[in-house]
Amino acid sequence: MKHILISDPTLRDGNHAVAHQLSASQVAIYCQAADRAAIPIVEVGHGNGLGASSLQVGESLETDVVLLETARKHLTKSKLGIHVIPGFATIQRDLKRAIEIGVDVIRVASHCTEADITQRHLGFAREKGKEAYGVLMMSHMASPELLVEEAQKMELYGAEGIIIMDSAGAYLPSDVIERIAALVDGLSVPVGFHGHNNLGMGIANSLAAVDAGATILDGTARGFGAGAGNAQLEVLVAVLSKLGYTTGIDLYKVLDAADIAEKEIMPLVPIIKSESIVSGLAGVFSGFSKHVTRISNEYNVDQRDVYFELGRRKVVAGQEDLIIEVVLDLVKLKKK
Amino acid sequence: MSKLRVAILGSGNIGTDLLIKIQRSSYLECVLFIGRNLSSPGMAKAISLGVKVSDQSINAIVKDPDCCDLVFDATSAKDAFHHWAILKELGKIVVDMTPAKLGGLSIPAVNLEDSITNQNVNMVTCGGQASIPIAYLIGQTHTDVEYIEVVSSISSRSAGPATRLNLDEYIDTTEEGVRQFSGAKRTKAILNLNPADPCIDMQTTIFAKVKNPDIEGLTKAVKAMVKKINTYVPGYQLLVGPIYENNRIVVMVKAQGLGDYLPKYAGNLDIINCAAIAVAEEYAKKKDTISDQTLNK
Repeated sequence: MKHILISDPTLRDGNHAVAHQLSASQVAIYCQAADRAAIPIVEVGHGNGLGASSLQVGESLETDVVLLETARKHLTKSKLGIHVIPGFATIQRDLKRAIEIGVDVIRVASHCTEADITQRHLGFAREKGKEAYGVLMMSHMASPELLVEEAQKMELYGAEGIIIMDSAGAYLPSDVIERIAALVDGLSVPVGFHGHNNLGMGIANSLAAVDAGATILDGTARGFGAGAGNAQLEVLVAVLSKLGYTTGIDLYKVLDAADIAEKEIMPLVPIIKSESIVSGLAGVFSGFSKHVTRISNEYNVDQRDVYFELGRRKVVAGQEDLIIEVVLDLVKLKKK
Repeated sequence: MSKLRVAILGSGNIGTDLLIKIQRSSYLECVLFIGRNLSSPGMAKAISLGVKVSDQSINAIVKDPDCCDLVFDATSAKDAFHHWAILKELGKIVVDMTPAKLGGLSIPAVNLEDSITNQNVNMVTCGGQASIPIAYLIGQTHTDVEYIEVVSSISSRSAGPATRLNLDEYIDTTEEGVRQFSGAKRTKAILNLNPADPCIDMQTTIFAKVKNPDIEGLTKAVKAMVKKINTYVPGYQLLVGPIYENNRIVVMVKAQGLGDYLPKYAGNLDIINCAAIAVAEEYAKKKDTISDQTLNK
């Protein structure tokens, strides 16, 4: 039977869904539940990862230190993971401290075409003896050939696996199969997939990835995550088991963890809202959704127009400031 | 009036673009263009301009210490450290283009006069040159600046290998510069690379948290500052604001390059080079009153 490594970013990607307001007590409650379910990796932090609390993306309720120390205290079987984007997080200010707190798994991420900015952070993580992965975000914006080249760089820098993210929820299963197959073919380390649900494809795309040879999948409780949410963890565990894959996760206990998460950490269970569909079609980073809604309402413009314009400008994760510019441009257009 | 004799150490994008800008200067003359490899594109450009070149790195100046008065260090933060140890002893003025932070930080629109009292002057970072003048004004027009954050997005194609390896130093130095010039209690810098084709122009957003926002006062000051910066960076423009949105001040600026050695979208490289030239020209204008003894080391 084939094994799939599950990484659970409920407490990281989910932070996008609550404007990065997850509290230490919520982190504690979910970590305990995830630990009981034997989820292999529990990722914790600000939605954009370590060192990303900012006016640009949103300020965290809790500091990185509080989030990670709390999680560390409540994870015994599960490994503690972090998401790290160079350009936001620096080695001296952020990564060193996270390692001191005792993170186990470090996933260093860049926009899908910019892998070379991950070299130093990946190198540092490996030097410190940590399990390190490379993550290519917004992967729909690069061709399969280019993704392979970028992933190979990360492998060279020491990544022990490469995860591609469908950060915009833009893929259909055929897109996923094409890219994962190319990566499996071009790399000697395991390949993973992180799905979003804007077009209702979170689970379908994850299964397509496995079919094409991926052995790492990300999923979150109830799909709690940016935009329309992620591939739903408990569904993923159930369906993988039905297909004959092992995950090492206890089904009843992961179902319990999802119930606990729904009750304790989610003001709203993710649904695919109308604007999330547009966001997926336009290929815009899911983490933008709260900002787009707020600023569009503030200036009375149609947020669907904002998404399509952001998509046309090929905006990448981290460029939240451009939402204001696009909205103000639309306001000017309306006046003419 | 004779021109100030300068050498450029580093034959990459920054060094080569500086060389072309110096050809236009009434105050500076590039007497030596130094790299490590005579066949690099930057070297070829220098040779085609008839400028004397060397592939001997810092040794070119050690061997002929009288060749120049001022050195632009356009290498890397690590190399700049080693170069400064040598150039300091030789009494050279150093305009440091790397984020090494060995000398005083210079933002010509804000502290040109002060800058030239240092023997080593640091040009901060490209994002710092774009954002710090605005951050400075936020500090000038407000009494209680709790936090300033600066976010720059640059075209992937304008970010060479050194920039990519030095992201952490970029962040540190930019944050330090914003803190020094604005007086904000906390600062943060973020850098994004965007691979869109056609390439995006460099764009920088300045966010601030203050107690009592004075948008009117800040707007007036920003407009005057943009005009002042335009005297050395013609492609610097105000894109958005200042506005007050979601409990934060937001100002967005854009820098388009002159398109000398690098394409126009590489405004990030242009803005730091234009600033460096402005500083070097100021040294040149005051050179009769500057001596090795009067400079802060």
